[in-house]
Amino acid sequence: MTPVPAVATSTPRSTHRADPLSALDLLEAEAIHIIREVVAEFERPVLLFSGGKDSVVVLHLATKAFAPGRVPFPVLHVDTGHNFPEVIAFRDETVARLGIDLEVARVQDYIDDGRLAERPDGTRNPLQTQPLLDAIAAGRHDAVFGGARRDEDKARAKERIISLRDEFGQWDPRNQRPELWSLYNGRHLPGQHVRAFPISNWTELDIWSYIERESIALPPLYYAHEREVFRRDGMWWAVGEFAAPRDDETVERRVVRYRTVGDMSCTGAVESDAADTASVVAEVARSTLTERGATRADDRISEAAMEDRKKDGYF
Amino acid sequence: MSTAEITTDAVTRTRTLFRFATAGSVDDGKSTLVGRLLHDAKAILADQLEQVAATSRQRGFAHGAFDFALLTDGLRAEREQGITIDVAYRYFSTGRRSFILADCPGHVQYTRNMVTGSATADAVIVLVDARKGITEQTRRHLAVVSLLRVEHVVIAVNKIDLVDFDEARFVEIEIDAERVSEQLGLHGVHVLPVSALEGDNIVDRSERTDWYDGPTLLDLLESLPGAEEIESSGADFRLPVQLVLRPQGGLAPTADAADAERYRDFRGFSGRVSSGAVQVGDAVEVFPGGFATTVTGIHVAGRESDAATAAQSVTLTLADEIDAARGAVIAASGTLPSGRREAVVELFQLDERAIVPGARVLVKHGTATVQALVSEVLTRRDLETLTHDEADTLAVNEIGRVRLRFAADLPLEPYERNRAGGSLLLVHPADGATLAAATVIDDH
Repeated sequence: MTPVPAVATSTPRSTHRADPLSALDLLEAEAIHIIREVVAEFERPVLLFSGGKDSVVVLHLATKAFAPGRVPFPVLHVDTGHNFPEVIAFRDETVARLGIDLEVARVQDYIDDGRLAERPDGTRNPLQTQPLLDAIAAGRHDAVFGGARRDEDKARAKERIISLRDEFGQWDPRNQRPELWSLYNGRHLPGQHVRAFPISNWTELDIWSYIERESIALPPLYYAHEREVFRRDGMWWAVGEFAAPRDDETVERRVVRYRTVGDMSCTGAVESDAADTASVVAEVARSTLTERGATRADDRISEAAMEDRKKDGYF
Repeated sequence: MSTAEITTDAVTRTRTLFRFATAGSVDDGKSTLVGRLLHDAKAILADQLEQVAATSRQRGFAHGAFDFALLTDGLRAEREQGITIDVAYRYFSTGRRSFILADCPGHVQYTRNMVTGSATADAVIVLVDARKGITEQTRRHLAVVSLLRVEHVVIAVNKIDLVDFDEARFVEIEIDAERVSEQLGLHGVHVLPVSALEGDNIVDRSERTDWYDGPTLLDLLESLPGAEEIESSGADFRLPVQLVLRPQGGLAPTADAADAERYRDFRGFSGRVSSGAVQVGDAVEVFPGGFATTVTGIHVAGRESDAATAAQSVTLTLADEIDAARGAVIAASGTLPSGRREAVVELFQLDERAIVPGARVLVKHGTATVQALVSEVLTRRDLETLTHDEADTLAVNEIGRVRLRFAADLPLEPYERNRAGGSLLLVHPADGATLAAATVIDDH
């Protein structure tokens, strides 16, 4: 894996630019502006960091926003207990390299002491909401950065960049503050907090183009690798502790990669030979399926699956 | 044509960004237009289309027909009631540009949604039904666009197939549109005949309107200059300071010994350039106080650079130790706006609670937040004629002129001349709600 370039204090100076800014330059500038607004206006921001590509990009943007200083907030991981081990290793390596604090909220703790119960379908994604809200309250975080993008889902398409949550963590989609120009209104009452989405306007292709341009390191499972998998619901599932093939499903070795990295129990892989960033960019540009449609069982439950989870306080 | 082709990596990096909004009345075919544009630009992927097709069938649409509104109606209440409540954002790209589309519902809370969607748009597409022509609703939409000084306006005369592609009918509407635009002081208005349902002049040129030799809708969207290009050329340099970066002992762990030496006393002013351009060595002045100094260094998105332009997120270092914090503005020497305690603004009332004289509010301007008082409500706009009527309150979705007084000096500029310098948010001091948006119209 190529390391993330040090925030570039030693790169040569760029020459004067004559062309209009590219879409990526503008998206980057917008995201940095949002991150700085939140840090300036809130007491205790935190970044939701799963090791997934979108949160990795937000963290990279934060390093650029505060260079040559360090990122002035901790990261929070809601650990479902069903993680890909490579992703956890990547998470720990990243926070160590950047010298930032990691807070972890564990779904397993909630299941162990009975505050949450395992779902019949075995997926733990919907169980993340309670530990997340408790961790936000315990850390007294008044602003929570997330890597959600509007192009991911129809409910997310209606989300504000700075989005208010009430004391129960709930999102009220019908009563959102209008957001104009680049004047973000983050006023909130005690007990309320905001979610901040700096990469709201990025698409999956923008994310990958940016990862390529900036040589950003990612967990290896985003790239093509051989894995023991079985076919279910049109997706390839990794054979492991959290997903075992049924009698009618056969295990094969295939070259796959992950387009999203979530809970192992609800994230499927796609067949792909894209082994480096440039190939992934080309693959994403050619793709005929959305990343959630292709790989996320939790979003296939219903048309309003994401909206319902978001209303309850999910990211 | 090459526009709709899906492109790969090389192009992705050089594409420019263009933001546009769509507005229209309920039955003008706006959802169909958005759906058609996304579909013909190949921005709808197979699983999304499958979901739309399935739901369309459940809703009783004929086999194979799509209810394109399902693509943008993201909330359960919207799908259940068949109405669009809130602005929805959609993304697509062609070989030349990435597009951010703000789809603004035309009926419910239309001013609120129009203002939200149009405030950052480079262009607004207003839909007109070819059978009905310019309606009262069209005038209202155009009035909002005019007051927000949206750079480009596209009037799409839709359902041209339903008037048999009749040139005379189109010309009639075109003349009407030009007359209304002139009344409203709109410049750069483009009128074109389209059929969203059938795809005429959306992405591909229609053979059924051979009398029309102008661009297709997508041609226009790909070629109109974006706001960033306009704001960086010729305008005075402005940097509203978001925060002061003083890493001192807190350098990024990736820093080496040389960096530690170089950045020991680093004190940078971070913000997003709102207009103009700056280079190392430029003379600047700082609001408040008017202190004059020189730019000694520029970081663009964390990397050292010799220059920066509008829309870039930067950190500047200055030759002198000046006292500037969040809310300060760094401007090109000799162009610093003077501080003002009072302004007459065009106010767009967004909250259900009416704005009344004597109301105490918070005002956000650039990176500053100050207490303010609504000292006077002057007039309310008649949106059909844009004339001013006497008024003493402004209710939700109304637009009018108001005099504001501020508890501290603000470096205001007329919105007409500088968008960021002339735009304000009014916020409720107790519950934090966004009450209104406002643009500075006077220049003292």
